[in-house]
Amino acid sequence: MEDIQEIRFSEEELKEIEMVKSRYPSSKSAIMHVLWMAQKKFGWLSNDVKEYVAKILDLPESHVHGVASFYTMYFKKPMGKYHIQVCTNISCMLRGGEEIYEHVSEKLGIGHNQRTEDGLFSLEEVECMGACGGAPMVAINEDFYENIDIVKVDELISSFRNKI
Amino acid sequence: MFENTTKLLLHDIENLHEIDVYIKNGGYEAFKKALKMTPDEVINEVKTSGLRGRGGACFPTGLKWTFMPKGKEKPKFLAVNGDESEPGSFKDRQIFEFNPHQLIEGILISGYAMGIDAAYIYIRGEYHKWIRLMQKALDDAYESGFIGKRMKEVFGTDYSIEIYIHKGAGAYICGEETSLMTSIEGDRGYPRFKPPFPAQRGLWNMPTTVNNVETIATVPAIIAIGGENYAKIGAQKHPGTLLFGVSGHINKPGVYELPTGTLLTDIIYNHCEGVLGNKKIKAVIPGGSSMPPLRGDEIDGVKMDEESLKEYGTHIGTGGIIVMNEDTDIVKVTLRIAHFYHHESCGQCTPCREGCGWMEKILKRIVAGEGTIKDLDLLVSVANNIEGNTICALGDAAAWPVRGFVTRFREDFEKYVTQSRVFKAPNIVHGRRNTADTLIEAV
Ligand SMILES: Cc1cc2nc3c(=O)[nH]c(=O)nc-3n(C[C@H](O)[C@H](O)[C@H](O)COP(=O)(O)O)c2cc1C
Ligand code: SF4
Ligand code: FES
Repeated sequence: MEDIQEIRFSEEELKEIEMVKSRYPSSKSAIMHVLWMAQKKFGWLSNDVKEYVAKILDLPESHVHGVASFYTMYFKKPMGKYHIQVCTNISCMLRGGEEIYEHVSEKLGIGHNQRTEDGLFSLEEVECMGACGGAPMVAINEDFYENIDIVKVDELISSFRNKI
Repeated sequence: MFENTTKLLLHDIENLHEIDVYIKNGGYEAFKKALKMTPDEVINEVKTSGLRGRGGACFPTGLKWTFMPKGKEKPKFLAVNGDESEPGSFKDRQIFEFNPHQLIEGILISGYAMGIDAAYIYIRGEYHKWIRLMQKALDDAYESGFIGKRMKEVFGTDYSIEIYIHKGAGAYICGEETSLMTSIEGDRGYPRFKPPFPAQRGLWNMPTTVNNVETIATVPAIIAIGGENYAKIGAQKHPGTLLFGVSGHINKPGVYELPTGTLLTDIIYNHCEGVLGNKKIKAVIPGGSSMPPLRGDEIDGVKMDEESLKEYGTHIGTGGIIVMNEDTDIVKVTLRIAHFYHHESCGQCTPCREGCGWMEKILKRIVAGEGTIKDLDLLVSVANNIEGNTICALGDAAAWPVRGFVTRFREDFEKYVTQSRVFKAPNIVHGRRNTADTLIEAV
């Protein structure tokens, strides 16, 4: 159910971009913020989106591609409506993070950076999220869920399924 | 707010993140006090305090500030490092959530001392929620005229500064200070050689200071109680309070603010109420995943400050303490750490890029039961070849823990390489040769 969406920011968003540009001596510095805005609005950073960002910031397209590919949080392909990030780094690993990752992967039938056929979920094995005191943890979209276990992760997935 | 000198960052005051509550408890008074001093006096106060950076390298903060040129010919910048991506570290997040105004006040004081025009707080992209909380605090401070153009009207000073948040997007390397600056400038976050140091050539080639969030948030406390008093807290050569983030096999994980020099066992057994399931401790990483581990049987008497830890061949790093119980598979832990650094290497320098790849590959082989005793020496030699031979310190950060684990837990590694392998029974001559091609699976 991929809507064909026109790639364009609203007047309001363009104003925000101007404001962000004014925070730096060089407007190139606004690129990360604008890529975040683009990802939020268009879902992921397709070539068309990156070209549009390049045009808005008056930067070479190759530069935008380069920056977008450097950071792991910019999506290079469409991800699920609910993007599940499971930390398996050391503090989480010590408390079962890897088992949680395997469980979610099996349950949803998808691997690292893949999404379910219905487009509802995607999965990512992530490095330390800076929440080690709450290990093991997952993040779903922008929210952290700490001190979880397999039962709780199942509940989370069901609750998101029921939301639609 | 600063009467209790064992808690100078995470005070026991409800809703301190709200600007009104912060002001009511004496917030922004330290900045007013600083304004009555000259910028150099402020720097001297920080020097006297003995404050050392909380971002990992422990560099004396006051000294770092003196590297900044004086005068107003060029714009000057402050980059506040909240990338917080070192595995085992989760302390700066507490400041964003529970005491964001003390960070802002710290930026005002540091900014005044160094003549900073604009400060950028770089916060890792995963911290969406904490970015929102920090932004709210900034908005409130702007609204009150504490930051920006209205500072003259509010504080009666000619000094003014702008403060912005720069949101990261998932890259451990951007916590390294030169990478952080390239990232803010809008390029791929590659580190660059030093010198030139940021104070000479930093953001947009202008003088810049990079300091960790906790470092800057400590500054108001120093001004409030005075550098000399601060220097009396904790360990003499590394004074003050530290935010220790404790995780792993522990009953009460979390962030604890304690004086430097606190006994590691005191943190583990008293503050954190002991090890999960009352097990013995196999290993403790004292300061984030890049620091060499301590063996469980050597932690008695270990004090948590840089100088004391150096005697044990390790460092305070970010203060991220990771506790591992006796059931922990040390070899797998080492592999996980090596995997992380390999994944995060930016690939610019051959020793780091190739070396991290090698370490991971060798460890994978060992975990798969296909390693040999020689692989253990190989790991150490690869680590030695990375150390000191790279543009940035990520290389060292990868080499230290791998070498530390292999040398301090050699018997665990040896079990892996001898357990699943036997010599080809009839061929005694080959059997003595200990090379991979003379070995076969046990079954
Ligand atoms: C690979 C790497 C990652 C780093 N990550 C961080 C980080 O996330 N936060 C931080 O404050 N310092 C980090 N540092 C240290 C910074 O380069 C720099 O020393 C520090 O921000 C200076 O602040 P301080 O003097 O207040 O400690 C990192 C260093 C390296 C080599
Ligand atoms: S040491 Fe590693 S991370 Fe640092 S610049 Fe070299 S390749 Fe990049
Ligand atoms: S190791 Fe998982 S949040 Fe740090």
